[in-house]
Amino acid sequence: MKSIKTILNGLLYENPTFILLLGMCPTLATTTGVSNAVGMGLSAAAVLICSNIVISLLRKLIPSKIRIAAYIVIIAGFVTVVQMALEAYLPGLYESLGLYIPLIVVNCIILGRAEAFASKNSVWLSALDGLGMGLGFTCALVLIALVREVLGAGEILGMSIFPEAWNFQPASIMLLAPGAFLTLGVLLGIINAVRGRGGKKNA
Amino acid sequence: MLEILRNIFTLSIGAIFIENFVLCQFLGICPFLGVSKKVETASGMGFAVVFVMTVASAITWVVQYFLVKFGLDYLQTIAFILVIAVLVQFVEMFLQKAIPALYESLGIYLPLITTNCAVLGVAILNTTKFTEGPTFLYSTLYGFMAGVGFLVAIVLMAGIRERLETSDIPEFLKGMPITLITAGLMAMAFMGFSGLSF
Repeated sequence: MKSIKTILNGLLYENPTFILLLGMCPTLATTTGVSNAVGMGLSAAAVLICSNIVISLLRKLIPSKIRIAAYIVIIAGFVTVVQMALEAYLPGLYESLGLYIPLIVVNCIILGRAEAFASKNSVWLSALDGLGMGLGFTCALVLIALVREVLGAGEILGMSIFPEAWNFQPASIMLLAPGAFLTLGVLLGIINAVRGRGGKKNA
Repeated sequence: MLEILRNIFTLSIGAIFIENFVLCQFLGICPFLGVSKKVETASGMGFAVVFVMTVASAITWVVQYFLVKFGLDYLQTIAFILVIAVLVQFVEMFLQKAIPALYESLGIYLPLITTNCAVLGVAILNTTKFTEGPTFLYSTLYGFMAGVGFLVAIVLMAGIRERLETSDIPEFLKGMPITLITAGLMAMAFMGFSGLSF
């Protein structure tokens, strides 16, 4: 029961992007298309699960004074692994994500979960927390990317979705920097409206 | 010589306006959204970032030189983040001892800078962006100018947010949504600079 709750926590109640507002840089930068978003989300999820497991295993060994430095080294290690794996097996994705792969190291979600969850909970729960948070992050990225790709290019995963008769003119600004800010801002506004809290909490 | 001066000029304008780190490259978004409620704190954060980015660019250039020399460049990410973490800690201790007034004003922002992706971002960008000429000079200068770009963006943002406090905004857009939409409009304005060329 607790396991299911932990996963749902990351996916919905404490969604890292829409509720906790963590990890904004990759959220805005890599959501120009759905395929990039999936790649980024799953890479971050992989790092998050691995680092949560290792940090949870070592939680009694790491002295609390140098814990942040220790966490960063563990995370950087896994990021390097992911980086090398992507370069070897998915060179196309590696090219298009570019700088943002090494920058997973400084993604606040990962360090945040290490500090807030993995350093206090058992290995099994920490792995599930990593899975939930990682999937929550991926879903959020895909949602943003979907809006941007449909409005900015009229495509999903590179396939045109509007019939030619409609004469749809894509607004390419959605694919550029301003579109990222606007999309996320409007989505957050909608979520606030739906939750009926009027944005009081994250003011 | 003239060539170098010209490059320096192009580089500076480029880093501040055309490829502004925050508004065009999405680096350093977390502090940009998190510490931009008041102009005073925003400029404090901005100056701290300028300082750390300049020093970090210079030091990571040296680190990269040795990594390449010994064929260890796959360790780049780990080495850079460690160097930056140590550097921030060191800067904090140094300022506390040497310039207490500055430490007082920057104090709380310094530890946050370790996880500011603009710092690691500029360090990694430098290694691919500059391959010939006086690369050490270019890298350090690019770090400084990118930091200034961050400072400009965060101070402008804080100025706008101070005004937003008193304006009439739909209830559900209050807080983060309107901030992001503002950032979107700022990014649009900065896109106007992309036509600049020398």
